[in-house]
Amino acid sequence: MSRPVPVLELDSKDYSDLFPEGEDLQRQIGARRRREGWARIIFLLVLLLTILALATLLYTIINGAFGMTAIVNAVEPEEIVESLGYDPAQVGLADLSQEELVEVLAGAVTNNVGRRLERDQRFFEDRLVFESEATWIEICASPEPPTGCALAPRDQSNILQLVNERVVVPDVVQTWDLVESITDREAIEAEIASADFQERHPGAQPEFRAWLNWQFVTSPQSDVPELAGVRTAILGSLWLMAITVLFAFPVGVAAAIYLEEFAKPNRVNRLIQTNINNLAGVPSIIYGMLGLAILVRALEPLTSGSLFLGEGQGVSENGRTILAAGLTLGLLILPVMIISSQEALRAVPNSLRAAGLALGATKWQTIRKHILPVAMPGILTGSILALARALGETAPLVVVGASTFITVDPTGPFSKFTALPIQIYQWTARPQQEFQNIAAAAILVLLILLLTLNATAVILRNRYSRSKM
Amino acid sequence: MTSKTVSVEAGDWYKKRRRPGEFVVRAFLLISGALSIATTIGIVVVLAREALLFFMDPEVTLSEFVTGTNWQPTIQQFGIFPLVLATLIVTGIALVVAIPLGLASAIYLSEYARPRVRAVIKPILEVLAGIPTVVYGYFALTFMTPLLRSVFGIATVEIFNTASAGIVIGILIIPLVSSLAEDALYAVPRSFKEAAYGLGATRFEVATRIVFPAALSGVTAAIVIAASRAIGETMVVALASGATPRNFTWGEDPLFGYILNPFVAGETMTGHIVRISGGDLSYNSIDYTSIFAIGLTLFLITLGLNVLSRRFVERFRETYE
Repeated sequence: MSRPVPVLELDSKDYSDLFPEGEDLQRQIGARRRREGWARIIFLLVLLLTILALATLLYTIINGAFGMTAIVNAVEPEEIVESLGYDPAQVGLADLSQEELVEVLAGAVTNNVGRRLERDQRFFEDRLVFESEATWIEICASPEPPTGCALAPRDQSNILQLVNERVVVPDVVQTWDLVESITDREAIEAEIASADFQERHPGAQPEFRAWLNWQFVTSPQSDVPELAGVRTAILGSLWLMAITVLFAFPVGVAAAIYLEEFAKPNRVNRLIQTNINNLAGVPSIIYGMLGLAILVRALEPLTSGSLFLGEGQGVSENGRTILAAGLTLGLLILPVMIISSQEALRAVPNSLRAAGLALGATKWQTIRKHILPVAMPGILTGSILALARALGETAPLVVVGASTFITVDPTGPFSKFTALPIQIYQWTARPQQEFQNIAAAAILVLLILLLTLNATAVILRNRYSRSKM
Repeated sequence: MTSKTVSVEAGDWYKKRRRPGEFVVRAFLLISGALSIATTIGIVVVLAREALLFFMDPEVTLSEFVTGTNWQPTIQQFGIFPLVLATLIVTGIALVVAIPLGLASAIYLSEYARPRVRAVIKPILEVLAGIPTVVYGYFALTFMTPLLRSVFGIATVEIFNTASAGIVIGILIIPLVSSLAEDALYAVPRSFKEAAYGLGATRFEVATRIVFPAALSGVTAAIVIAASRAIGETMVVALASGATPRNFTWGEDPLFGYILNPFVAGETMTGHIVRISGGDLSYNSIDYTSIFAIGLTLFLITLGLNVLSRRFVERFRETYE
């Protein structure tokens, strides 16, 4: 069978535009070249715009995390140090001993507040400060003893924070961003010193403040932005990551091995594969709702720990725990983990499989001894990247029920939790400027953690590709 | 049926060894694979069950849910339209930002950029893609909103508005559009390009008239996936686009001044779910079941878009492979 040969039909139209000659041709070529030049410039500009977006993002964060502040202290730290008979020029608040700090605290807070603090956590191992010995024994024997009965006593840094929070009470009355602080420092200091400003905020002093500092990283959450920190949130995030990895890594790799090495291309296995691809596109908030309905609510005895520890012994009274949230994140990154592990397994040459089987090894022996070791760097790289995604996820954690305010470090999978992205979300959502500043600082902490994870993945990938050459 | 017995003498060296471990491992692998099916079933069952409870509530009717223009749970008004509308406005703005920027980046990277430039720009896009969305939320609230307010005026632009969230989500999905579109452009056979170059075409002509049309279905798939991502995006809208549904009445409220106005606050589906579930929610309350009805709507929309994009990709494969 031969196809009909197309016949070129000539009509009477003028096609000289399409096939110019002489000067017209030169002009057309010139125009096309110019268009080409413009296009190149426009494409490049668009690309630069994208990079500019990233740069602006980083600029905004750093700009918020450092800058000038006007601070008003209820009591100046120097006065406290001086009242204890030290030279304020040489001794700072942080140099005082635990006894001295407790003394300062006891002199400044009411007995009621003191008793509450002591019930939360004792000040000394051997003696009580606010509470009488008899009442203490009585309340500790009551059916619901306060946490202070079981916890170890506070350490010096903890009491220092209390003194800062309750006695010094630093109050940032206004903040400036980093760029303003560098370019306009004198103007800012003059403004704070001005009579008008001093009238509104008596005793306000200018201070350059790095919102991201060591105290910020090591302090627990606080209602006072100047004293708040992210320790609870960092520990919460680390706990979550541990649960997520323990769940998603073995299951993800196993599923990938099944799909790549065992599954025959039948209907069921194709369904599983399509399903995994679809799951990867489900919005993360939907996983949060799945976690809320199944893990938090239906499996409450399991996730609240009451199944293992007995009723009322769990740290949390409901299923909104690290375990539930970690498993939710695990389910969320599972599709990504499976897909990247599958790619790593697919990259292993078939000759390895054939060699193993030809030597009489069983399929699983071949996989375990031959294929997995070769594919492992690729699997690890993919898993770390998936984990980085889980670390930054916020929406599912909010839905599963992250605690809004929690100052106690998580102690296990059944603790209530907060996490870095949750902290960032809550602080960003508050209208006061200082909370925006600590949100920026917390973002920097999160980005540093993410950078570490990603760098690990890149190093793994590089080492792997070099050893293969 | 006839049964046949084969007797194997004990001690035969060639006897197949029984390996219970092998079976256990295989079972574990299969269960792991099947867990994804269980997850999907879990999602569908959970959303459908709670949504059913929601619709069985005497205060709720399906027709009001679909067509109502007021979402006010406190006075038993459950019309999802304002939430869907805000979601669509945000997604629309995001696509207006991301499609030109993402596609231009993709064309530049696949057709123009030298390997060295590529080696610099690809990682930058990957960094952009790896930043958590809550950080973009901070960016929207502390940079984009003040910027919009200083450009268009404080009176025009509310503190919480859909435009700021939309633009920032657009930036957030640029890497997605760019990398998926680049894959599609890359898959166009070399011979197409070489034929065009052989006829004297410029790079721009090859990119826009040969490569781009040939990769159109792949590029469309990329845009559809990006749209689905923008619809499901949560933290940016939760922080920047406001905590009140844009309730309205047809005919009374101005269409462009209020209903479709990007500078007015408008809570999206995802934003509402996060806000409601953020507090201590009591199970079996109508608030609790209502977020599952919204979640079901969201799930169906994104699933539909994902399936659609796969259709596009499959069509693309058939043509060239």
